[in-house]
Amino acid sequence: MSAVATSPSYSQPDSDNFLVNSRGFLSWALTLDHKRIGLMYLVGVMSAFGLAGILALVLRAELMTPTKMFLSNQQYNQVFTLHGAIMVFLFIIPSVPAALGNFLVPIMLGAKDVAFPRLNLCSFYLWVVGAIFFLTAMLATGLDTGWTFYTPYSTTTQGPVVAATLGVFVLGFSSIFTGLNFIVTINTMRPPGMSWFKMPLFLWATYATSIIQVLATPVLGITVLLLAAERVLHIGIFDPAYNGDPVTYQHFFWFYSHPAVYIMILPGMGIISELMSVHSHKSIFGYRFIAYSSIAIALFGFLVWGHHMFTAGMANVTTIIFSALTFSVSIPSAIKVFNWLATMYQGTVKLNTVMLYALSFIFLFTIGGLTGLWLGALSTDRMLHDTYFVVAHFHYVMVGGTLVGFLGGIFHWWPKMTGKMFNETWGKISCLIVFVGFNLTFLPQFVMGSRGMPRRYARYVEDFQELHQMSSVGAFVLGIGLFIALGVLLHSLFRGRKAPPNPWGGATLEWQCASPPPYYNFKTPPRVNEPYDYTPLHFRGDDKGWEYVHPTESDAPRVDEVESKPATN
Amino acid sequence: MSHDSAHDDAHGHGEHDHPPFLAHHFDDPEQQYDAGKFGMWMFLVTEVLFFSGMFCAYALYRSLHPEVWTFASQFLNENLGAFNTVVLLFSSLTMAWGVRCAQLNQRNGLVLCLTLTLACASIFLGVKAVEYTHKWDIGLLPAGSYVPQFIMANQHHEGISPWLIKLSIVPALCVVGFAGWYGWAVAQKRKQAAEIAGPLLITALAYFLGVGVGILFQNAEQAAHAKEKHGTEHVSHEATEEGSEHAEHAEQDSGSPGETGHGETSGELAEGETVGHGEVETVQLVSSPPLKPGATPLTKIDQPGGAGLFFSIYYCMTGVHALHILGGMVVLTWLLVRAVKGHFNEQYFGPVDYVGLYWHLVDLIWIYLFPLLYLIT
Repeated sequence: MSAVATSPSYSQPDSDNFLVNSRGFLSWALTLDHKRIGLMYLVGVMSAFGLAGILALVLRAELMTPTKMFLSNQQYNQVFTLHGAIMVFLFIIPSVPAALGNFLVPIMLGAKDVAFPRLNLCSFYLWVVGAIFFLTAMLATGLDTGWTFYTPYSTTTQGPVVAATLGVFVLGFSSIFTGLNFIVTINTMRPPGMSWFKMPLFLWATYATSIIQVLATPVLGITVLLLAAERVLHIGIFDPAYNGDPVTYQHFFWFYSHPAVYIMILPGMGIISELMSVHSHKSIFGYRFIAYSSIAIALFGFLVWGHHMFTAGMANVTTIIFSALTFSVSIPSAIKVFNWLATMYQGTVKLNTVMLYALSFIFLFTIGGLTGLWLGALSTDRMLHDTYFVVAHFHYVMVGGTLVGFLGGIFHWWPKMTGKMFNETWGKISCLIVFVGFNLTFLPQFVMGSRGMPRRYARYVEDFQELHQMSSVGAFVLGIGLFIALGVLLHSLFRGRKAPPNPWGGATLEWQCASPPPYYNFKTPPRVNEPYDYTPLHFRGDDKGWEYVHPTESDAPRVDEVESKPATN
Repeated sequence: MSHDSAHDDAHGHGEHDHPPFLAHHFDDPEQQYDAGKFGMWMFLVTEVLFFSGMFCAYALYRSLHPEVWTFASQFLNENLGAFNTVVLLFSSLTMAWGVRCAQLNQRNGLVLCLTLTLACASIFLGVKAVEYTHKWDIGLLPAGSYVPQFIMANQHHEGISPWLIKLSIVPALCVVGFAGWYGWAVAQKRKQAAEIAGPLLITALAYFLGVGVGILFQNAEQAAHAKEKHGTEHVSHEATEEGSEHAEHAEQDSGSPGETGHGETSGELAEGETVGHGEVETVQLVSSPPLKPGATPLTKIDQPGGAGLFFSIYYCMTGVHALHILGGMVVLTWLLVRAVKGHFNEQYFGPVDYVGLYWHLVDLIWIYLFPLLYLIT
């Protein structure tokens, strides 16, 4: 650290490092430090991911042959329900916002913590309680409704629907509190000089995500409460026997769960915006377009839920309107993709692990997005609805998009979070295997789906066997790739080189504090720069990383002294 | 915005020039206040959306079955609803007054206002308990347990409902507990404890005030009904005949397929129905508005799939609202404790303000619920 001690931001003593500044189990369990909470979330969501991933492999193994191998039909239903529910509620929704977001949002703002640290910890424990509730309920008796809890099956099946829905209710509040915290933090705690359009794009994406979390999740809350009331008290709202309407449940459910799809993908997009710019060493192309498109996706996302229900018996006019609105969401998504590509153009693109993950994201997300157009079009959706085409489509977006983006983000910020550099060679290998395995798993599923293979079936006709086997082999390759990625990260903890404060040459504020950051993040409020201006950064070798040399040291006063504090008006 | 450079190196508590109520991660009290207030507004947005699901269900089923809504809402007692509305509006006033007291550093005024607000909440719940238990007694339950009213029409419930007694156990225990605590605090001359226990005792007692008022209104309504029935027997008899003619007319219109369909649905719908539903005259006694030609016959409305659905939505909406009142009482109690300890002053009154916002929202939701459920006819 001594070499960079002249720069005030780097002069933080290593012993203040948030990982070791206090010790003992309780210092973690009761911590209010957003960085520790973020890390605890990271461990939690990755455990959930590991569990649900193993379940996915079980499903794929069963599908190697058209006949029964080791799962009965009923068990197959239970396993895919568990896989979907854990992945959605315990992993994807909290993954980027709660784990990376918690760690990064305050640091990127140059703040000491989120606005409500206690609420933040409360949110984490709600997640834990919800997860325990959810898992014990489902493992104890076997829920087989699918993660969507569609009525009337969910109101008549023997499974533990009430316990599972209450778990979802609690998890929903965890998500709401995280989103609420971020909105307030970003609104009121931006440092002097950081106007809305000087925020890193990750914060824009997080802000858009948080808006959805705050606006959509309560509707899920009341929906699952009504579902629980339906089962316990027979309130009849979703029950045709009492003149209720099961399709109403689908409307309520997708009013949350479609925006929730954007809760899953938007933060991933935010990560990619950062990664693209930093590892191309070039200012982001179309900053405002990317920022506005995040908000546009969040708002459009509320208007398209009906496209999950084209075959549920809605009026024709309604389906046409929902279809047209669905296509409108593709515009802001495409804007993002084009801007990322334009960012790379004439940049100094480094094909390191992080960049490879980011490129994989763009490739896979684009396939996922484009295949969505077939599902958004009424005529083709009639045929493709509830086939493997749908499965492949949303896995390209959720896994190829969110998970790969999340991994890219973890690799990118790993040195900041842990203070250790990982092995680049093995990192690249992991990315390559993940990429190949992923495509091998899900490309055949597009083919199967378009040929009529329905989803959620344990048995199938023999014609599909080859494609199913390709998919299953791919799943195991994907599993190996993810396992290697985990190994690379864990290895770095013990054998990794010490990370400099700024190993990649990022210009956002988190790279101005030490790696790992001290407990209080910044001893003095950091200097607010242009988040994507790389000209003042100079490379000082692998050990010292990049250093910020103020180009206009004499050109005081800078913006931050002139501009009034925007946060408090 | 003035910026205090003294804060720049202050990352822990207890630094000089660092008020005790200021959390370490905020720059100044103003930022802390703004963050808290904005956070509360965000929370209120989630609350509105939480209720929106039920308002949607309400709008949907009311637009599909308007006749069910007019029929079923007559079983709700508008007088009790109106009384509760006034109580909640008054509690909003005391809450707002409390915020003002906190801002002016009037500790006693704040404690008094919080006490009044808590007492109003308690009265509200007392009245609600009477309303609920009365409905449970006469089978006005969610769809799955709804008992068609023509079966219940001739059954009278005298005295206090056993449900009401069960519901009142917890408040009664609270009265005993708080009275004991208050007595102990006074005896021991613990001023602060007495200042907390006293208002809580009043709150617990207010529940029984609500119950009393509720029973009073309920009995008055029943007496009025009985009197009306008795006095206008002649007229109602004629109206009944007229109504039954219309009903017959309607049935003839729909023809025999309608009749079989009708038989099927009611067979499915009315579980545990012991008395047949042929006695149109009895039904007419329950319903005040005479049937229009072509309208859905009351035998179809007065079913789990009809009025039962209304009561499902009624219980969901008012029940979740009552839970919010209970939650509000918990945070009001927390405020009361802090107010007694003198935590609030001109510079630090944020929590009172935030809870006030929440309380106003809960009131506002009731302002919507009251006309939408009680004032339909």
